[in-house]
Amino acid sequence: MAREEIWIDRTKCDGHRLCAELLPELITLDDWGYPIIAAGPVPEHLLEHARRAVAACPVLALRLRTLSQPSPSRN
Amino acid sequence: MSNSLLWYTTRGAGVVSLLLLTGVVVLGVLSVRRFEAAGWPRFLTVGLHRNVSLLALVFLGVHILTAVVDPFTSLGWVPVLIPFGSYYRTFWLGLGTVAFELLLAIVVTSLLRAFIGAWAWRLVHWLAYAAWPIAVLHGIGTGTDAGSFWLLAIQVLCAVAVLAAVALRLLTSSPDPLAADRARFRERVSREP
Amino acid sequence: MTAPTLLGGPAGAESFAEHQRRLGARPLGSPALIEHIERSGLVGRGGASFPAGAKWRAVASGAGPAVVIANGAEGEPLSHKDQVLMATRPHLVIDGAQLAAESVGADRIFLYVGESHRAALAAMASALQQRPAVERARTRLLPAPPTYTAGEETAAVHFVNERVATPTAIPPRPFEAGVDGRPTLVQNVESLAHAALLARNLFPDTVLLTVGGGVARPGVYELHTGGSVGEALGLAGGARTGARAVLLGGYFGGWIDAAAAAGFALDPRRLKAAGGSLGCGVMWVLDPRSDPLLETARVIQHLAEESAAQCGPCFFGLRSLAGAAARLAGGQPERSDLPNLHRWVDMVRGRGACRHPDGAVAFMASALQVFAPEYAAAGRRAL
Repeated sequence: MAREEIWIDRTKCDGHRLCAELLPELITLDDWGYPIIAAGPVPEHLLEHARRAVAACPVLALRLRTLSQPSPSRN
Repeated sequence: MSNSLLWYTTRGAGVVSLLLLTGVVVLGVLSVRRFEAAGWPRFLTVGLHRNVSLLALVFLGVHILTAVVDPFTSLGWVPVLIPFGSYYRTFWLGLGTVAFELLLAIVVTSLLRAFIGAWAWRLVHWLAYAAWPIAVLHGIGTGTDAGSFWLLAIQVLCAVAVLAAVALRLLTSSPDPLAADRARFRERVSREP
Repeated sequence: MTAPTLLGGPAGAESFAEHQRRLGARPLGSPALIEHIERSGLVGRGGASFPAGAKWRAVASGAGPAVVIANGAEGEPLSHKDQVLMATRPHLVIDGAQLAAESVGADRIFLYVGESHRAALAAMASALQQRPAVERARTRLLPAPPTYTAGEETAAVHFVNERVATPTAIPPRPFEAGVDGRPTLVQNVESLAHAALLARNLFPDTVLLTVGGGVARPGVYELHTGGSVGEALGLAGGARTGARAVLLGGYFGGWIDAAAAAGFALDPRRLKAAGGSLGCGVMWVLDPRSDPLLETARVIQHLAEESAAQCGPCFFGLRSLAGAAARLAGGQPERSDLPNLHRWVDMVRGRGACRHPDGAVAFMASALQVFAPEYAAAGRRAL
């Protein structure tokens, strides 16, 4: 099964914070209310929650990417 | 099926739709103004906004279906999608068709948001501010019991709620703390082609 | 006879005729040139020090016709080497851009020159007019906004595409999809000038440096990469006695203890091994009369103001850092200021769409390390 990681477009993120509410295991907030996303693949048991968190973002800043992507992203 | 039952179902579903859609507008404004409180997280506002709008569609579906199959109205299916295509109260019914189609566009684009992108979604979503008043006018114009106290009370309540929401939307600024600075910087680094 | 260098030769803006006379006509670019550049070990001179050959190869292997952007935005306030290079040797830069285009299969070239660098802009414009028609047809001069991030490669691409110089999220990187979605080579003008010499089998192996601050003769100097920081400072008349530290690499670089710095080799790989980076070639000596905390606060304040305000952690993080740094420098810090500086450096790193916040916190981290005693003393003044 392909491993997936959370990718965030930092230019789109406006700090709505729904992702941190829906995936507190992997997403916490910094001192200014913006998400700190744990690096690495999403654990199996959290994948469904991760999908929900990604879908909940009001500005579509989040995406789930398969880890085999060649171009390394900044998170 | 009894004529009265169908007629009352149409009327009832219509009123419930109005109440739910009013809730949707209020929740929408609360979403964009990032409302949250102890025990009421952001995702609750956003989730309710979505689910209540889907529920409203269900009641709207019942409202339209019972109106069409009701032998008394002899509407046929055409007015469901073609505005102002009915003989019965052409204009006011037509408004209902318009409101329904606007709502459909908003819901479909929202469900497919990931595919169409944030900008296109936003553009269509603005139509909500047109859809709601058109729906209300439809209700006022097609109602046979327009003078009924309860109906009037509900309509006034809904109007007050939406006016308050719109006022909140217009009179408060975006809670996005970067909005002003982002725009200012963009100005600094933009040039004519 | 000395080996030809980038800046060597007559003073002032060199005309096309003079350029041809001095160096001969330029060869045509080709995949062979890419290999030549790879073997030379030329690294980018824009600040990231990324191997130029690898970049050219990546763009060349992209699908469809590519685009070349010669990056002469030079938004770093302490750096002047690109401006000087473009103002005096514009044809070297344009040669390099043409060679790059021919080697990577590009049919369009943009000369992205900082709009406030007027002499450079004028020289490049006039030089472009002197070029043969085939080059003029595919090359366009595009003045860049004078902000720090305008020179960031995705910002350069964004500007070419939409006339807005803000960085964009990656992926895709410009070499994958840039101008009009095509593979795009964004290369610093000094790197392109080196390529122009390499193509003629000339390899001076020099680097351009902007030496400033507490030195007798601030200015742009060219030195062999086998030289040392101390030698470079010597070219500028030497650092003032008692100078405590040197800022290597500009605002995105870091402070180095002056005594240790003198022996550092300029070679990028050896410098990296020693924990430093030449970055865009800035060597700014902290004048012994200057207050290191104040200078640090000034730099971080500038970087905070130059944030494109697209990403929260960058915009607010740098502002918070600037506030705490200013209070510590001003002698009236809050108790949390010094611990916050350390915390925020880690909190902000890597959480912007581009590397602006990374450069800023790397700079801040170097200050916290090199000026640790001063910061500790300042922190104790907290009420």
